[in-house]
Amino acid sequence: MEYLVASAIGALTAASVYLFLQARSFPVVVGLTFLSYATNLFLFAMGRLEVNKPPIIAPETSAYADPLPQALVLTAIVISFGMTALIVVLALRGFLESGTDRVDGPLPADDGPGPAAERPARR
Amino acid sequence: MSGAWIIAPVLLPALAAPFLILALRHDLGRQRRVSLAATWLLLLAAAGLYALASDGVTRPYLLGDWPAPFGIVLVLDRLSATMVLLAAVLAVVVAHYAARGWDAAGRHFHPLFHFQLMGINGAFLTGDVFNLFVFFEVMLIASYGLLLHGGGPRRIGAGFHYVAINLVGSTLFLFAVGLIYAVTGTLNMADLARKVREVGAGDEALLRTGASLLFVVFALKAALVPLHWWLPRAYAAAPAPVAALFAVMTKVGAYCIIRASTLMFGVEGGAAAQIAAPLIAPAALATLVVGAAGVLASRSLSDLTCFAIVWSMGSLLVAAALPGVGGLTAALYYTLHSTLAGAALFLIADLVAARRGRWRDRLAESPGMAQVSSVGGVFFLAAIAMAGLPPLSGFVGKVMILDASRDAPAAAWIWAVLLGTSLVVIVGFARAGSLLFWKSGSAAGDGDAPENGPARGRAGPVAAAALLVAGTALLTAFAGPVTRHLEAAARQALDPASYVGAVLGPVSETRLSGR
Repeated sequence: MEYLVASAIGALTAASVYLFLQARSFPVVVGLTFLSYATNLFLFAMGRLEVNKPPIIAPETSAYADPLPQALVLTAIVISFGMTALIVVLALRGFLESGTDRVDGPLPADDGPGPAAERPARR
Repeated sequence: MSGAWIIAPVLLPALAAPFLILALRHDLGRQRRVSLAATWLLLLAAAGLYALASDGVTRPYLLGDWPAPFGIVLVLDRLSATMVLLAAVLAVVVAHYAARGWDAAGRHFHPLFHFQLMGINGAFLTGDVFNLFVFFEVMLIASYGLLLHGGGPRRIGAGFHYVAINLVGSTLFLFAVGLIYAVTGTLNMADLARKVREVGAGDEALLRTGASLLFVVFALKAALVPLHWWLPRAYAAAPAPVAALFAVMTKVGAYCIIRASTLMFGVEGGAAAQIAAPLIAPAALATLVVGAAGVLASRSLSDLTCFAIVWSMGSLLVAAALPGVGGLTAALYYTLHSTLAGAALFLIADLVAARRGRWRDRLAESPGMAQVSSVGGVFFLAAIAMAGLPPLSGFVGKVMILDASRDAPAAAWIWAVLLGTSLVVIVGFARAGSLLFWKSGSAAGDGDAPENGPARGRAGPVAAAALLVAGTALLTAFAGPVTRHLEAAARQALDPASYVGAVLGPVSETRLSGR
């Protein structure tokens, strides 16, 4: 099982590195998603790979699965899920505003809106 | 003030931000007032905590009163109190500057601003590696929003890069956390400081990999070469007050490098003892070179400021990589100085851009601008401070670094690179200043005026930048007392045993050894 999990994490990571080195936004997003999957699997494995063990210490059990990595994975999933949503929106907005989904090359020169008119002297 | 106040710099913005977004979403005027009040309160709390920490006792705060290795702890010592105070001082100036109009360029500036402060303060105060990851994420998520504040294709393009590189950084952080937890079974920093010594022979390679990955993540945040490419692009596209606040975000990376290399992977770090030290010094020297080259090659004042920040991170980390109290003291002094000077330069770039119409802050001749003498004067002082010419604080900081490196084996390299790149940076700033403030206005002027005329000058925003420069002047005037305080902070940081004792307590010490 160790071999299977380790090679799965390795394959995911390799695919993600290849994808996020691409010059268009969609492969980059998919690459980042793969990378976060690889991280989540890796975090599960850090509490050692156990099967059919309770996640609590009880008097009648001799061995138990470490529950902490699962809590950490949950946090990591929530954060990476939210960030993936954000970067998808960003990629879409970038495509709609600049008309291209390339992520290499120079940035558009347009600075975007600056500060609004300065506020009145009295607050 | 009791120990419970340690949570205040995290709690205050954490309460202010939702209040701003839930209750005052449609009322920018009131948002400004509440946001400024909350930022001033934060400064008050930070100053109080600094006073509390200056007796030299390390104070843990146990969240939910869970005992130390099991629950999450915040730890206040001189180092974290200094960094929180620095962030609060910068936040007050930036909040006032933003309330002059930038916060109306998009929505939700003030809530995001407070979430960002919450993440920064939390990262400075936390005593737990996974909690550090969470506060990094809070800080970064808020910074994504702030970077995109106002919108526009350039910010969205830069934002995509910034989010992507930081997502990769976050996954590396998680890999590092996973590896460290797998071999030590703990993520509490104080507990880690003790457990890394007991890692078995078979797991040493895993521990070293985890520690190295952790330093890679921190170096990414600190914009250490070769992980600095994201910074100029992102910061130059960010709105000015946001870029000024980001000046302290690179310092979070530097702080984490210092904390990790003194506490967890310090001299007594077992298999991972001082694992990053041999790499940080050459990388910091390379950062100096790249930053100085960038300063010379920049085509706008905001780009120039970004590379000056990269350059100053190089100087800071050169000092931080030196062994002993002297190097760390110099690094801390340089941290205070470069945050204030860098933030001032970002605000000045914005002032210049607002006064030059379509020329923005490009380093090219243009018709004159309003308030050329006051903006130019503040730029002159900020450039002196940043480039490290006497009499301002950059000079004091640089002398401290050079002095501390005298006994280092690479002293010749450090002196040559630091002084050589300083000269290049001075040339870069001199060129920018003479183009923007001297040659502009005198050269052109034949019906070539900016489209909407020079922006109406107001004293307020210039005063904000001047205030930051005045901060560097104060750092210079009170260099003696400041240095004494920072030296005490460095001494405390270099004494991990007192940190571990304060967090885990003498009780658990005896309990563990009795087993």
